[in-house]
Amino acid sequence: MVAASDIHRRDFHRLVGSGIVVLFGLKPTTPSAAVEGAGYPDDLRAYLAIGADGRVTVFSGKVEMGQGVLTSLAQMAAEELGVDLASIDMVLGDTDKCPWDAGTFGSMSTRFFGPTLRAAAAKARGIVQTLAAAKLGVSADKLMIAKGVVSVAAQPDRRVSFAELADGVRITESVSQAAVLRAAANFTVIGRSPKRLDGIEKVTGAAQYAADIRLPGMLYARILRPPLHGAILINADTTAAETLPGAIVVKREDMVAVLHADPEAAASALAQIRADWRSPEATLNQDTIFEHLLANAGAATQIAAKGDLTKGDLATVPAADLFETRFVKGYVAHAPMEPHAAVADVRHDGATVWASTQTPFPTRDGIAAALGFDAKAVRVITPFVGGGFGGKSAGGQAIEAARLSQICGKPVMVERTRAEEFFYDTFDPASVVKISSALDRDGMISRWDYQVFAAGERGAATFYDIPNLRVVSAGGISYAGGKLPTALHPFAVGPWRAPGANMNVFATESQIDIMAAGAAVDPLAFRLKHITDPRMRRVLEAAADTFGWQPAIRPSGKGYGIACSSDAGSVVATIAELKVSKDGRITVLRMVCAQDMGIVVNPEGARMQIEGGLTMGLGYALTEELRFHGGDVLDRNFDSYHLPRFSTVPRIEVVLVKNRELQPQGCGEPAITTVGGAIANAVFDATGARMMRLPMTPKRVLASI
Amino acid sequence: MKRIVQFKLNGGPVDLDTDDQRMLLWVLRTDLGLTGAKYGCGEGICGACAVVVDGEARRSCLTPLSQVGGSDVLTIEGLGKEGQLHPLQQSFIDHGAFQCGYCTPGMLMDAYAMLQNDPRPSHDKIVSQMDRNLCRCGAHQRIVKAIEYIAKAAKD
Repeated sequence: MVAASDIHRRDFHRLVGSGIVVLFGLKPTTPSAAVEGAGYPDDLRAYLAIGADGRVTVFSGKVEMGQGVLTSLAQMAAEELGVDLASIDMVLGDTDKCPWDAGTFGSMSTRFFGPTLRAAAAKARGIVQTLAAAKLGVSADKLMIAKGVVSVAAQPDRRVSFAELADGVRITESVSQAAVLRAAANFTVIGRSPKRLDGIEKVTGAAQYAADIRLPGMLYARILRPPLHGAILINADTTAAETLPGAIVVKREDMVAVLHADPEAAASALAQIRADWRSPEATLNQDTIFEHLLANAGAATQIAAKGDLTKGDLATVPAADLFETRFVKGYVAHAPMEPHAAVADVRHDGATVWASTQTPFPTRDGIAAALGFDAKAVRVITPFVGGGFGGKSAGGQAIEAARLSQICGKPVMVERTRAEEFFYDTFDPASVVKISSALDRDGMISRWDYQVFAAGERGAATFYDIPNLRVVSAGGISYAGGKLPTALHPFAVGPWRAPGANMNVFATESQIDIMAAGAAVDPLAFRLKHITDPRMRRVLEAAADTFGWQPAIRPSGKGYGIACSSDAGSVVATIAELKVSKDGRITVLRMVCAQDMGIVVNPEGARMQIEGGLTMGLGYALTEELRFHGGDVLDRNFDSYHLPRFSTVPRIEVVLVKNRELQPQGCGEPAITTVGGAIANAVFDATGARMMRLPMTPKRVLASI
Repeated sequence: MKRIVQFKLNGGPVDLDTDDQRMLLWVLRTDLGLTGAKYGCGEGICGACAVVVDGEARRSCLTPLSQVGGSDVLTIEGLGKEGQLHPLQQSFIDHGAFQCGYCTPGMLMDAYAMLQNDPRPSHDKIVSQMDRNLCRCGAHQRIVKAIEYIAKAAKD
């Protein structure tokens, strides 16, 4: 329910003038404990307002970071409300104007915020209908709504517009029960692909990101950074920097910074600071990390269990039917094209901060704590975010900017350099998966003993029908508790697009393929033999059909690989075709991906997300692995850390498997989880070699052949 | 060194009295208030800062002001004319050739320069020319299609 104090504090009508405001106080339908634990409060609420001009404004704490929610949320509101998409204005990620939100992650905007928003819009529609019924002198059930006009169904000339209804009224309604949503069969806005609402801004350079904010008197800050994680500052000699005209040096126990009206001058001044650091001894690197993880991951928690793993003596299983494997994967960077940035304007009684963040509300709270302000005195505004992928759930740049602004009494920008962006990234953790599985005499999987270390549990529990199984996870990031296993890693780790699932699906789908080859069965047929879920069967068959899959016992020499995954409520299957050259280089030629995500709000937007996920997946599969020496991050720019690029991206075909029976599910993450497995399995089909480590670099491919 | 630097920017004259070793990217983004060109890597690797100087795509993060004196500089803000989108911009919208949009100005300026010099590039040429621009969202095949659409229009 909405707290009355919240309503007063927000003073909706001051914000929107006269009109109709709908608050929504219904707890979202959260199917998993993980989502509850992610911080969704009891009073999550959307609100939208119909102004006296008939325009509809939707307020949401979600942010637009490329995934297209600006457009898809607007579509959902327009659909339920009965207005044109063009009459909707979106306000996202502004903590003064928008309802509280934990953050934009986990492919949850459409799944969980969507129904809430739709219910609020449906409520607004009901209010409009009631007002129109009084005005037109007919009962509400005789009315129809289309394009922002209410008319009498039998006499279309008797009509009244939203603007006429909203003008001069001040109605605040809250909804505390599920509204009746429009049936999928009646959709006119959901299920279509209007052009993105952010299109014109983004192709003209008008779209503003945090580092594009300009305030009078603003200073650019550059902060002294340690050479490696764990280094302690002994002494910083700032005398030379202080003599540079216009430079302001800030020295605090935990922060040394230079500020200047010219960003390059700030950088030059920073370079003049002589700093002595005490650095810890380095032990770990990208090759020794895996033994460290196994030794230090700690106690495992059980994710799933079924049947009896001790049933039947393992010693009696023929060696050919027993499969014991170990898969590993290194640290992967988020590397959004926009580095973390923030502009802070801190006054004595309050602060306004523009930040590139996926978590405006937690960011606001962090800033307030750092400044000694009440959270209500801090406003975080989120402009367009230039890519997040989980990496902008964290980031201290907004707090740094706020502290420096408070110290200097001027607006301050902190924009990370690319080197800082790598150094302070919250990497996708290096991880290990161990699997022991067996086939019975009929070639069916009889046991599945799965242990994951450091990746976390997402995607670990298998959807294959296996009578005896156990799945355990140790040392993983617990999103439910918000705790990071920091001691396990030499630097920060955190959520990375479908956190944990990329590793778990790679390991699972590789193992399934290994067993299919062991059973001498085509890998698609082998999967279908062990899957009863009709949705998963449909996406596998749809991908195979579009690809032109030819059943064969692998390796066939063709270079085809398949993998499937269940993630964020969606099911997805991907088939890759590739060739492996003599020098071990993998060239992916084609990827076909079929996904069932329930009702698709914006099919073109969904395709973009899936294509984007598959493309990004090529990185962790083929080239991306952070090199490090203890706390020293060795890759600090794109010259040595290689992202997927035009010349490495294959032809990608996306099949959206229709399922109008199911409400919209997650789309931003599921597809990426299949890439490692599909490619590894295709390498096996091409060469007969099993890739047990990601990324599959030419050297590792050669070593495996 | 502090000097008077004059050049043409998006068709209009610019006259600056400043250190001519400053990089064009930062001069555009601070002194001139044009924030379309983006900082991405600072080393000319990603292309988010691409602008067109005398018809050639340049990395503005590595282009000192001293190199653009007397030149004709075009940024994303000057690509459309009189409130109309350039056909390439429209094609990016029509093909969904961006997601977060941060690399988009650089992509557009690099593609524009390529098409100025070769209005009908092949698919392979588009891929190899654009290969020096990075996109993390994975809009690559749509960017190629958006450029190909303009190239095909030039062929017809």
